[in-house]
Amino acid sequence: MDKIFRVNMTDLTTKIEEVPAAWAGLGGRSLTSTIVSAEVPPTCHALSAENKLVFAPGLLTGTPAANSGRLSAGAKSPLTGGIKESNAGGTAAQMLAKLGIKALIIEGAPKGDAWYNLAVGVNGVTISEEKELLGLGNFAVIDAVEARLGKKTGVLTIGPAGELKMTAANISVKDPDSKIRSHGRGGLGAVMGSKQIKFISIDGEGAPGVKIADPEKFKVAARTFSKAILEHPVSGEGLPTYGTNVLVNILNEAGGLPTRNFTTGQFKDHDKISGETMYDTIVARGGKPKHGCHAGCIIQCSQVYHDKDGKYVTSGFEYETIWGLGADCCIDNLDDIARADNLMDDIGIDSIETAVMFGVAMEAGILNWGDSKEMLRLLTDEIGKGTALGRILGGGAGSVGRTYGVTRVPVVKNQAIPAYDPRSVKGIGVTYATSTMGADHTSGYTIATNILNVGGYVDPLKKDGQVELSRNLQIATAAVDSTGMCIFVAFPALDIPECLPALIDMINARFGIALTGDDVTNLGKYVLKTEREFNQKAGLSNVHDRLPDFFKNEPVAPHNAVWDFTDEELDEFWNF
Amino acid sequence: MQITLKLFATFRNGRFKVAEQELAEGTEVRAVVLSLGLTEEEIGIVMLNGRHGELDSKLAHGDTLSLFPLVGGG
Repeated sequence: MDKIFRVNMTDLTTKIEEVPAAWAGLGGRSLTSTIVSAEVPPTCHALSAENKLVFAPGLLTGTPAANSGRLSAGAKSPLTGGIKESNAGGTAAQMLAKLGIKALIIEGAPKGDAWYNLAVGVNGVTISEEKELLGLGNFAVIDAVEARLGKKTGVLTIGPAGELKMTAANISVKDPDSKIRSHGRGGLGAVMGSKQIKFISIDGEGAPGVKIADPEKFKVAARTFSKAILEHPVSGEGLPTYGTNVLVNILNEAGGLPTRNFTTGQFKDHDKISGETMYDTIVARGGKPKHGCHAGCIIQCSQVYHDKDGKYVTSGFEYETIWGLGADCCIDNLDDIARADNLMDDIGIDSIETAVMFGVAMEAGILNWGDSKEMLRLLTDEIGKGTALGRILGGGAGSVGRTYGVTRVPVVKNQAIPAYDPRSVKGIGVTYATSTMGADHTSGYTIATNILNVGGYVDPLKKDGQVELSRNLQIATAAVDSTGMCIFVAFPALDIPECLPALIDMINARFGIALTGDDVTNLGKYVLKTEREFNQKAGLSNVHDRLPDFFKNEPVAPHNAVWDFTDEELDEFWNF
Repeated sequence: MQITLKLFATFRNGRFKVAEQELAEGTEVRAVVLSLGLTEEEIGIVMLNGRHGELDSKLAHGDTLSLFPLVGGG
C-alpha cells in the first residue's frame, strides 16, 4: 500500500503515515494542491516554517503507461503569493512511485543555520547535515551525489538561486542522462531553500514497484494509448523532429511572437533561432534532435544541443526559453541562448521567468537590447553569485519592473507571461489571466486550437469562444496533471477519439476502479476550485485575474490587436 | 500576380524557405499546395498574411502565403 512520507525540518523528525481515505483517488497536482490547501495557512509567508513543500508522482507514474513519468511539486508560491503546482520529468517521479510513496511532505524549517540533505529510501527518509555541496551549481551536485551514493540515485536539488531564496528559483530533477529537468515556475526552489535542504536523494533499492489491479486490461489500454500518441502528427512526428521550438516560426507568422519586451509581435531574425535552424545545427554538430525527459517517453520532444566543437551545451532546450532570450530580448545568437539555458539550469532559476525578466531589464537599461554577452555575465557574476543586483534580477520580471520603475511588465499574479502574445492569441490571454498559477501557458494551452488546428479551430484574433476554450482546457489539464502524464498527450487526446478513454481505462485498471469521463472532468474542476479557494483566502481575488493594462492600451503589430476582454467576461471563466 | 510563398518544417526539405511566385489571378491555395507536390492531407496550417486561411482561399497580388505541416509544441 502506498504511504505518505512526512519530514519535519523544525525538529528534524520523519514519519511514515497511512494515506487518508480522502486522498486515495488523488495523485500529482490533485494531491499536492489538496495537501497544500488542507495544511498550509493561505496567508503565511511562503518562505516561513508554516509553508510546506509537497512532491507527488501521478496516478499512473511507475506503471508502463507511456509518458507517465512526471512529478508534481506543490507549495504556496513565494512568487505569486498563491498556490503552486509545477511538474517536471526526470527520474524521481517513477522512483518515488515504485517505492510506494504517494506524497513526500516537507514541513517546518530549521531553527539554526545548518543545511541538510534528505535521503529517501524504502524504509523512510533520513535527514543529514550537509556542508560539502553548499553553494554548488546543480550539475556539480548531481555528479557529487552520484559519486557518493551511486549512479542510479535519483536527485532533486537546488542551485545558488534556491539557497539564496530568489523568487525565480526552481527545483532541478536529475534526468536519465544525469542532466536536468526543472520544476520551473513559481519559485519552489526558494521554498526548498527556506527549509535549508540542498538536495534530496532517492534510492530505489528494494522498491516494491507499482501493483496493477487488472494487468490484462491495463496492457490493452496502454497499447491503444501509445498508438494514439505515435499516430498523431504533432506528438508522433512534429515534436520528435523539431522539439517545441518549431513554434518560433509559426508564432512569428501569426504575429503572436512577443518581441522586444512585448512591444511587437514579430522578430526580424526569427529564422536564426527557429526550430528548423536548431534541428539543422544539432544534426550538423552531432547532437541529438530526439531525447526523452523520462524513461517511457515515446514523444521525445527534448534534444541535446552541442557547440561548434561538438561538446555538450544543453538539453531540454525549449521554445519558451529560446523565444524569451531570443525574440523578447532581440538576441539572434542561438549558441549564446543555449549557454544561458545551461547556466540557468546550473544556477537553478526558471528559464521562463528569467528570460522575460531580461526583456524588462533591457527596457530598464540594465543591459542593451540583444546584448547576449552581458546577459551571460549577469547570469554568472550577478545572479549566480547573489550580488544585490543579482537578487533583484533573480526575483523575476516583476521584481526588476518594481525596482527600476518600468511600467511595461508582462506578469499576471507577479509571474511572467510566456511566449504567446495575448493580444493576438486571445485564448491564451484568458488562461494567463484566470489560471490559479499566475501566467502559465501550460495550464490551458489554447495555442493548440487558436494556432495549431488541434482540437478544432477558434480564431485567435476574436473574442468569441475563448473563455469556454480556456475553461475546458484548464479543467482537462488539471486532470491530466494528476495522472503523471506529460501535457503533450493532450494533442492526440484532442483529436483521436480512442485516446482519452484509453487513458481512463489505464487508471481504472491500475486501481481496480470504474471512473467515467465525467469523473475525470469533475476531478479537474475539483482541482481548480480547490486551488482558487486557497488563492482567495491568500488574498488573490478576481481583480488579480487580469492582464497588465499595457495590453489594453498598446496595439501590437502586425494585426494592431489589443486585449479587449471586459472584467465581467473574464469572471465568466469561473462559472462552472 | 505575384505572391510570397513561405515553407516551414519538413516542407522545406528539397524545396525552399521562401520564394516569390508568379500566379494567375484568383489562384486558390490548393493549387499552390499541389504544385509543390504536397497533398491536402499533409497541410497542417495555412496562413495568409498572418491569419489562418483555407485550402480554397483565393490569393491576391502581394499576398504572403505560409504553409506548415501539422506541428506543435509548448
